[in-house]
Amino acid sequence: MKLQFVFSQTDKRPMYQQIMEQIVRRITVGDWPANTPLPSIRQLATEIKVSIITVKRAYLELEREGVIVTQQGKGSWVNDSLDFEELQHDELIEHLERVGKLAKSLAISENELLSMIKKYT
Amino acid sequence: MNIPLAVQCERITKQYRHFQLQDVDLSLEQGTVMGLVGPNGAGKSTILRIIMGLLGPDAGSVKVLGHSMPDHQIAAKRNIGFIAEDMRLYESQTIDFHMGFLKSIFDSWDDEYAATLLRRFDLIREQKVKGLSHGQRVKTTLMLALARRPNLLVFDEPTTGLDPAVRKEVLDEMMNALEEETRSILFSSHNTLDIEQISDYITFIYGGRIIESKNKEDFLDDWRRLRLTNMHSSQLPNLPNIKDAQQSGQLCTVTVYDFDDTIPKEFTNAGLSVDSIERLTLEEIFLSNVNFAKGNMNKDLTL
Repeated sequence: MKLQFVFSQTDKRPMYQQIMEQIVRRITVGDWPANTPLPSIRQLATEIKVSIITVKRAYLELEREGVIVTQQGKGSWVNDSLDFEELQHDELIEHLERVGKLAKSLAISENELLSMIKKYT
Repeated sequence: MNIPLAVQCERITKQYRHFQLQDVDLSLEQGTVMGLVGPNGAGKSTILRIIMGLLGPDAGSVKVLGHSMPDHQIAAKRNIGFIAEDMRLYESQTIDFHMGFLKSIFDSWDDEYAATLLRRFDLIREQKVKGLSHGQRVKTTLMLALARRPNLLVFDEPTTGLDPAVRKEVLDEMMNALEEETRSILFSSHNTLDIEQISDYITFIYGGRIIESKNKEDFLDDWRRLRLTNMHSSQLPNLPNIKDAQQSGQLCTVTVYDFDDTIPKEFTNAGLSVDSIERLTLEEIFLSNVNFAKGNMNKDLTL
């Protein structure tokens, strides 16, 4: 399996979070349904040319969030009791957090921001 | 379970007229990548040369792949691929000649892998070394080192002077080499982006000493920049974590080390408001470390 993970050099988030996002995206769009085995940490690291320790951290955090299940010696796979709505909800919150930060740095008022969001709902 | 160490240096010291390595402890687990960071003249190349057995330390012990260096370097070197900037290839000979030469010395030589690397690197077997560009020379030495399939790769500044495309080719191939679970890489670079991308462990060297050596995620997690507003010209809290503080009018930027969630509170308690908390890139940490180390040295001088 060739994994096409594309990272952005202008994305300020730490690399492990970007890897988590790419994995979660694959799960939410349905490319990786429940119980899909994930590549091993070393396999993914050499594939996307990112250090092993960073991929390991992404897997650990995903496990903590209940997105994937890892078993020593058996590898990791997509959690089958995963609540997709919750996952998408978490993704939405993450985007909103960034929106909030950007709006603050651009000095956009709350009302302005609300009307901007309305355009997209 | 204890992972065997690929490299283990204990309290190595090396004295030169104007420079000394002091009490360098370094250990690299098998199957991992360690990046050495430090300014020019910090001692990175000296450490790598001691590890390779090219220099003997004045004191301390060095073990590489279980072999004591420099005494047992012949046995160790069968399994080490070393690349340094001053590596010489025979100018009037072809790439193919070098491949045949190494194949005659190392029985681990892998013809198929060598051919694959030639193809990936766009190198022409029959081309003579004197006609190669700098990038092609680096790729040739990398191919020659990798095709021996050594357990340990030691690279001194492998990406210096390369254009972005060749740099990526070199880094990609370093990562590919890690498909082998027991292979380890120790490399130095000025390019903090390279180190940040592929290293599992980062060792920071300054003035012949190791300032820090730890896993990259912890290394990056430790540092934060706080942007603060200081409306009432309050005194900054006296924290040992503060590595740098810049005040301009009411705006204040503080770089802290050993960060945890209680630190922002210390600033709000002192009457400042925390506007944002940012992570630092390895480059920013590098510069901050160098500045701080310089400041400390100057302090030592004035005492």
